[in-house]
Amino acid sequence: MDGNANGYRWIGTRTIRPDGVDKVTGRAAFGADFSLPGMLVGKILRSPHAHARILRINTDKAETVPGVKAVVTSADFPEIPPAEATKGSSPPNYRHLSQNLMAREKVLYDGHAVAAVAATSAAIATEALALIEVDYEILPHVTGVLEAMADEAPVLHEDLFTGGVDPKPEKSSNIAKRVEFAIGDTDAGFDAADVIVERDYDTEGIHQGYIEPHAVVASMGADRQANIWCSSQGHFMVRQYCAGLLNMSIGDIKVTPAEIGGGFGGKTTVYLEPVALLLSKKSGLPIKMVMTREEVFRGTGPTSGSYMTIKVGAKRDGTITAAEADLRFFAGAFPGAPVHLGCMCGFTPYDIENVKAIGYDVVTNRPKAISYRAPGAPIAAFGIESAIDELAKKLGIEPLALREMNAAKEGTRTAYGPTLGVVGFEETLEAAKMHPQMSEPLGPNQGRGIASGYWFNVGGESSASVSINEDGTITVTSGAPDIGGSRASLCIMAAEIFGVDIDQVRAVIGDTTATAFNRHTGGSRVTFALGAVVIEAAEDCVRQLRERAAKTWDIDIDAVEWENGEARPAGENAGKFEPLTLMDIAEKTPMTGGPIGVKKSSNVQGPGPAFGTHICDVEVDRETGHVKILRYTAIQDAGRAIHPGYVEGQMQGGVAQGIGWALNEEYIYGEDGRLQNPGFLDYRIPVASDLPMIDTVIVEIPNPTHPFGVRGVGEIPIIPPMAAVANAIEDAVGLRLTSLPMSPPKVLSALDDGH
Amino acid sequence: MAKNHVTTTINGEPVEFLCETQQTLLDVLRDELQLTGSKEGCASGDCGACSVMVDDRVVCSCLVMGVEAEGKSIETIEGMADGDQLHPLQQKFLENAALQCGICTPGFLVAAKALLEKNPDPTETEVRYWLAGNLCRCTGYDKIIRSVLEVAEEAKGA
Amino acid sequence: MNGMRYEAPSSVDEASALLAGASGETRVLAGGTDLLVQLRSGMVAPELVVDVKKIKEMMTYSVSDGAYTIGAAVPSAQLHEDADLLGMWTGVVEAMDLVGSTQIQGRASLGGNLCNASPAADSVPAMISAGAVCTVAGPNGRRDVPVEEICTGPGQTSLAKGEIVVTINLPKQAPRTGDAYLRFIPRTEMDIAVVGVGVCLTLDEGGTCTDARVSLGAVAPTALLVKECADALVGTKVDDAAMANLDAAARAAASPIDDKRGTVEFRTKVSGVLARRAAAIALERAGS
Repeated sequence: MDGNANGYRWIGTRTIRPDGVDKVTGRAAFGADFSLPGMLVGKILRSPHAHARILRINTDKAETVPGVKAVVTSADFPEIPPAEATKGSSPPNYRHLSQNLMAREKVLYDGHAVAAVAATSAAIATEALALIEVDYEILPHVTGVLEAMADEAPVLHEDLFTGGVDPKPEKSSNIAKRVEFAIGDTDAGFDAADVIVERDYDTEGIHQGYIEPHAVVASMGADRQANIWCSSQGHFMVRQYCAGLLNMSIGDIKVTPAEIGGGFGGKTTVYLEPVALLLSKKSGLPIKMVMTREEVFRGTGPTSGSYMTIKVGAKRDGTITAAEADLRFFAGAFPGAPVHLGCMCGFTPYDIENVKAIGYDVVTNRPKAISYRAPGAPIAAFGIESAIDELAKKLGIEPLALREMNAAKEGTRTAYGPTLGVVGFEETLEAAKMHPQMSEPLGPNQGRGIASGYWFNVGGESSASVSINEDGTITVTSGAPDIGGSRASLCIMAAEIFGVDIDQVRAVIGDTTATAFNRHTGGSRVTFALGAVVIEAAEDCVRQLRERAAKTWDIDIDAVEWENGEARPAGENAGKFEPLTLMDIAEKTPMTGGPIGVKKSSNVQGPGPAFGTHICDVEVDRETGHVKILRYTAIQDAGRAIHPGYVEGQMQGGVAQGIGWALNEEYIYGEDGRLQNPGFLDYRIPVASDLPMIDTVIVEIPNPTHPFGVRGVGEIPIIPPMAAVANAIEDAVGLRLTSLPMSPPKVLSALDDGH
Repeated sequence: MAKNHVTTTINGEPVEFLCETQQTLLDVLRDELQLTGSKEGCASGDCGACSVMVDDRVVCSCLVMGVEAEGKSIETIEGMADGDQLHPLQQKFLENAALQCGICTPGFLVAAKALLEKNPDPTETEVRYWLAGNLCRCTGYDKIIRSVLEVAEEAKGA
Repeated sequence: MNGMRYEAPSSVDEASALLAGASGETRVLAGGTDLLVQLRSGMVAPELVVDVKKIKEMMTYSVSDGAYTIGAAVPSAQLHEDADLLGMWTGVVEAMDLVGSTQIQGRASLGGNLCNASPAADSVPAMISAGAVCTVAGPNGRRDVPVEEICTGPGQTSLAKGEIVVTINLPKQAPRTGDAYLRFIPRTEMDIAVVGVGVCLTLDEGGTCTDARVSLGAVAPTALLVKECADALVGTKVDDAAMANLDAAARAAASPIDDKRGTVEFRTKVSGVLARRAAAIALERAGS
């Protein structure tokens, strides 16, 4: 989409990102690249047991090792009683977060942090860790979701009683919560159906797989003034969580965001920062903590795995009359599986009168789950989009056509409540139909699969400032970390409003003292919400620029217009004045009223929900079960693509993650409850030779609530791929696979079983 | 145990450093020489984020001992641009949005440069297999591969 | 690892003496692509690491009357760049070329891959099927050992204290000989072999197989040299019937385990599949 074609100068163009040169030259500073003089190295001792009571921790020997300056255990952290678990109005549950940060009384997964040391070198810290004595009473463990839900399952939390059921259970269990979203009457709907598909699916735990391990440099003095440098998806979140976990004042903590080497939701919480702060306070020196890759896998949140039952029914003519989903997601050691989001998004692409989605949030002896790109939705979509495909085959209707017949559109009521506004699902289906991949011939053992997906995207608290510098250049300070190129988009939007050259605008991410609160980067919100705030601030600046021109010319502000970066008299009657450029006005600001800078904060609402439809071609090696991706196209409604290159990049990245999720990624636990593949060797993310070029089509149905029509784009692309691949395999060799990952042994076994 | 004294060449400049025997070349570059452009993604040779050239071979610096640098010629990402002139690969990556978070980018650039020096006209498949040891989680590789192919194509015409 | 000593001798005798003279654990450092991972994970904590890359005869290779003498520490990338070697022993060179990534290839070596003694090492089945022999040097002098006698179990070799594999020797190839190595991995690169099969066969002028060696990797504690597989090929024109027998023999010989990389069932079945496919490639190479 050419920016010029829409009448914009910068929106829709492929500018070079402002932070780009630093990143291609190695100058950009990520979390582990930062250092302070006198810095100590911090390391964490982790539980080797999946479930055990901590009887005793003795750190005496570790403390006496020369070079060890501090040792902490959970005893050093304030205990957070249940009544204070949720402070303020929003998550997290600080009590759970605290217990996850450093185990109290019990370790709940292989990798659970138990203690930490700070020493003058990594070698000494490692030596000290080995000298910490922990007496464990090993307890039976449970890692599977169905096993954890069973009556006789070992219970992780004695004080956990299933929420969302009435009456409240008397016995504690591993089922933290039951949720339900329903409209209409699914029993009646299924009665009216001519064809029904009902199937069970299961998926494994999956890690976000960011290439940069968690890293922090922290410094806290005896006066409890704290400084943190870390790569995170939300430095305000880091500040808030540290304050909550350590009973500190938020104002005493300053967090400076480093560049972040991938997050995808996995860096929206804290694992190291509060530990580093305590070590720093105890030792009187700054602390650097960097996770190893093994720690990342064992100790940080993957996303949930699941067991799901999906049932869909339709009339002969293709009208879907009823849909049900029973989703059981495991959350890891503490509640918080995104099962409600899976329930909410799964059937939303379809206009169905009768829908019932039930979800269970189940704890298991695994690391605590955290968001992963559209949390919950990809898992639900695997089951639902596979079932829709099977339904289409049973009806003898093309999968795309079945979706078109039942497509959600403006006015469709969702199962979770809201009615959809202007949305572009049908347009993605249309674009899929017209795409050349649909007419590529398929050979033996080759097949094509279609799948769609929906994500509501979020807005949220956003703060930014826009300042006019003395030479007319513009600085945009955003409070949300840039994980995908948002600085480029913010510059584009600001340049568009100001009507100046893109090179006149720079975007930086400020620390927590530079702007008011920002919700973390996630939910595909930054280009939308920070964009909205930046636009508002920029428009305010433009008004002020007009005011200064009006003052200079001694005319009314209404007689001044702003165009192409200049103030001009609005029409002949305003007077004959030469235009004043932004630079002209900026230079004179001391005389016209002082510097121009605007700060805006808002809880931005009205994000544009969006849809995607994917086409996947595969080839299956019948003798080995190996699946090769031949071609892939992702089609998505972006509302308005501010920077098409980065929108495409988000789509391609999400697709690659989805393909990995579909084919090879999985957490492998042994009988002993220990993670067997905590590394990139055996946790198999796609490599360059695994994938073809990924074609992208950006559909633009502008979001009416955003000045430029932006919809979030980052999360939808990971939702369709698993079902797209599964549907393609079914088309290729007639096998309906219902268990992720669809790795070669599983494919071969299914082929041999002939089912 | 006394540290090892090593004399080597890095990005064309003579360099001396002290290191423990157990420090890898990556540890030395980042922690002793403040050359933090090479990244640690895994410390086990599975991700390529630490890629450097040692005597004209692209290797994982996390799998080379610091002491092995003695007498060798090492090139890191910091030496890829010529002053303020970006290497064509660096420029192309920027133009094509072939990086998002950027953590894998130094490793890819070093490895891609090594490829084009050895094979100036690779096919898409050859590029993908050469770069299979460089993991990227953000881009899906598409724009990275295109960038390498375009640079090769443009060099042909030059 | 504190106190780990690093030595870089310039002769085999020096290296051997250092290894023999150490009281604690020792390790040889060639490309380091296995050793450094093991050091970092704490799997091994040697008192002494002997870097052999300053030893000329371990870092160079030569060919004499068609027989190759390859220094055990020569980086795989260098072997792959030699068109003659690649053309003659395609299976061996391609097998070693499959180990890891481009970056690994710049350092990894046949000797290192062999002596690390992973049951799934890629070069080993190919070397075994090629009939490769190691020259081993130690305190008691030198001896020649067929490659298949080096590995005795996962991570274990038959080398005595102070012994090093100095060269890998590939015999002069009979006319109409072809070799091939295939492995199964879940992705397209970067994985440890789930199954690996090396096949080397020789044809007579009429196209009948007169000699064959077939080796299976990753399906037993060490790579296997499977006589029954060879028997399935020798005396045949490697037709469908021979291939079916080869498949069955491979499956019978495989005794894999269930682990995070594959199941018994899968590995057994794929042993047969890869044996057939590798034999087909070796056959084509022998004929051309």
